[in-house]
Amino acid sequence: MPIKNRIKNALKTIFFYKSALAGIILLLLIIGFALYTVYSYPYEKAVADWRAGEKTWLDNPRYALPEWITLFTGGNPPKTIILSTTMESRNVKKIVVPVSGNMSYIRIDMRFDYNYDDYPSEINIFFNSTFEELNPKIEVEWIKPDGENITLKSIVLNKEDSYYISVDLDTKDLLGQIVKEKLGLNESPYILPERYLFSPLSEDILDPQKVVVLNGEYTLRITGYLYEKNSDIDVKLVVYGKVYGWAGTDNLRRPISIAIMWGTPIALSFGVTAAVTIGLIQMIIAAISAWFGGRVDDLIQRITEVNLILPFFPILLMISTFYKFSIWVLLLVVIALSMFGAGVKSYRALFLQLKEFPYVEAALSYGASNMRIVFRYLIPKILPLIIPGMVLSVADFVFLEAALAVLGLGDPDAPTWGKVINDALRDGALFKGYYYWVLEPASLLVLTAISFALIGFTLEKIFNPRLREM
Amino acid sequence: MSGERLLEVTGLKMYHVIRKGLFGGKFYIKAVDNVDLTLDRGEALAIIGESGSGKTTLGKTILRLYEPLDGKIIFDGRDVTHIRRGELKKYRRETGFVQQDPYGALPPFMSIRQILEEPLKIHKIGTKEERLEKVYKALEEVRLTPVEDFINKYPHMLSGGQQQRVVIARSIITDPKLVIADEPVSMLDASVRVEILRLMESIQKKYKLGIIYISHDLSTTKYFSSRINIMYAGKLVEGGPTREVIYNPIHPYTRYLINALPDPDANNRFVKRDVPPGEPPSLINPPTGCRFYPRCPLFIKGLCDVKEPGYTYVNENHWVKCWYYEENR
Ligand SMILES: Nc1ncnc2c1ncn2[C@@H]1O[C@H](COP(=O)(O)OP(=O)(O)OP(=O)(O)O)[C@@H](O)[C@H]1O
Ligand code: SF4
Ligand SMILES: [Mg+2]
Repeated sequence: MPIKNRIKNALKTIFFYKSALAGIILLLLIIGFALYTVYSYPYEKAVADWRAGEKTWLDNPRYALPEWITLFTGGNPPKTIILSTTMESRNVKKIVVPVSGNMSYIRIDMRFDYNYDDYPSEINIFFNSTFEELNPKIEVEWIKPDGENITLKSIVLNKEDSYYISVDLDTKDLLGQIVKEKLGLNESPYILPERYLFSPLSEDILDPQKVVVLNGEYTLRITGYLYEKNSDIDVKLVVYGKVYGWAGTDNLRRPISIAIMWGTPIALSFGVTAAVTIGLIQMIIAAISAWFGGRVDDLIQRITEVNLILPFFPILLMISTFYKFSIWVLLLVVIALSMFGAGVKSYRALFLQLKEFPYVEAALSYGASNMRIVFRYLIPKILPLIIPGMVLSVADFVFLEAALAVLGLGDPDAPTWGKVINDALRDGALFKGYYYWVLEPASLLVLTAISFALIGFTLEKIFNPRLREM
Repeated sequence: MSGERLLEVTGLKMYHVIRKGLFGGKFYIKAVDNVDLTLDRGEALAIIGESGSGKTTLGKTILRLYEPLDGKIIFDGRDVTHIRRGELKKYRRETGFVQQDPYGALPPFMSIRQILEEPLKIHKIGTKEERLEKVYKALEEVRLTPVEDFINKYPHMLSGGQQQRVVIARSIITDPKLVIADEPVSMLDASVRVEILRLMESIQKKYKLGIIYISHDLSTTKYFSSRINIMYAGKLVEGGPTREVIYNPIHPYTRYLINALPDPDANNRFVKRDVPPGEPPSLINPPTGCRFYPRCPLFIKGLCDVKEPGYTYVNENHWVKCWYYEENR
């Protein structure tokens, strides 16, 4: 062999084994992640969390990017800060002083350091008061690191109350008014409350380009009166960040990580089970068809032909529009619809050749039964040939499940990658610029597909010498 | 020749059906047409004929790998012509098959041990230990020793000769009464052919095995066949004791074969052979009368091409089917 060809072949081999190695490493990582998920985060809990609704996730920011986004964008976006009178903290001080009779004075100071270069996404205060008949009355004060002190609002508290500073209309008016007076403007401008509360009060506050975040220690002070002896107030302050965890949150404040994590074992088991089961069933059907021939063969071939004419995906779409399947029922439906797939035809051609092999004839001559010949003599020889195809088709089934979920036809409960994409698209994530929301599940889908493709192609090279020549 | 009858085949026919084209009609390849033969217990019979004469088809039909179209196969006193299921399975246990291509005859994904255990498992012979013992014994019988060196190997790790020994071991592992060996050495290296034939001879003698040895090569018959049948175009044309047929061939076709016989003496190997002129006939539309007549120098017009010759006995054991001999003896 000329030296040039030898080098070329060596390079080819290395390329193949390298890519297979890459595929295997990738797949091992994915499998490891899936196993970690299964062991660390029970499925029932994941589903419960995923379906829990916004109340559960009230302390999370909406549309938060994953924290590692700073690796690419730089900067120091805020994380969520939560302070509460129910937790032990040096930064939370609550004093209750009796005044006269049943009445007492209450003061709660909540201090926190804010050292980020962006504004919080929201600020909410949640109150939990105990009283019989007389509601406590409080005032909310905001003290900036530079000493500026604003009384934001006075509230007569219900038992459960909240103050959504970012969207409160009175507060908006108040802040506009303050800016107008302090800067001597003709009319009160619209200032985002977070921007006002986290910037020094100057001309710059009007210009989103110039305004800077004021770093330092902030204090939320709540002062007021309790009118009953056993009355009390608990306060929770949530300064919502702009990044959250390693996967971010969606429009419902839900950590996307739930579905990213559980999407992995679901995608793997769905894809692998579908690919392996369908591959094996098709092979067995093909072997029976080829070996028995005659009417059995005719029947199987006709069923396969009819099945091949039927449009698989539209039928699946139709069925899943009418019935909301759990993912495992979907798996069964997919298997049922693919059982008599194209594989039956191509495997049958292989079996027809094999049927004439002398060792099959030998097996007949020493009395092997039909079933023994099919399972002990025909299938073991063909099995290695179909493994690459099986591995390759895993990716198809992973995508199939995702596609159904993206179209909103998947398992309504299962937290899957496709479901995340479906939620994102319904919320207009791409339109609004929340790319991370779609890119995270999509890139996992693609990585999974690539890992199986790399392995499958290499196996094909190894098992199918005809391809190797090409 | 007066041992106990093991096999009696009469009027056996087996036609291969082929279809031509999409709507084309059926054609019959008359590969075995009205064949009679007998075999005694422990006897070795050679069937010799050129390529395409139907030897393999005959062997496989006797083994019931093909369904006979007509005729009778009596094996060990039982009519096995059309038996099915349990009876057929029992027949398969009592027969063995050695094919031409040893590598093809062994499933490549099974070890030698698995290969040899298969017939035992199928016929539920012995316990696991007894089966293993039988495997050892069979491998020793075919001289694949030390057995440990071979038992766990896969077919591709063995040489052609060793593979054929495994095939032979498999064919005798169920203690059959009849083994059909279809050109067992024609695909082997010339250097191992004699060894394999000698091996088969010794096994045949030791177990009083009935063997039908199929070959296109007359020169190999001397090793262990006591009788020869000559096959031409789906029919047997001459039969008798090996020495008789070789030294006193009667049928013109047999004579051609004898002349074409390569001398076992290596020095004379390149002596010009006398090949019959013309081609073997089509088995779809074989010649009427004697199928050899288009190539026959002794052909009697109006007789050979019209009427099929019947048996003519040269002596008690030696017969021929030829009009010329019948008319001129
Ligand atoms: N399975 C089959 N289907 C159709 N025709 C066949 C089949 N097997 C054999 N034939 C045909 O039957 C005829 C006899 O074939 P057979 O294999 O029995 O001859 P043979 O004497 O064993 O030849 P060879 O020495 O080449 O092995 C040939 O014309 C062959 O083409
Ligand atoms: S029967 Fe006639 S054609 Fe046939 S071999 Fe004898 S002489 Fe020749
Ligand atoms: Mg043959």
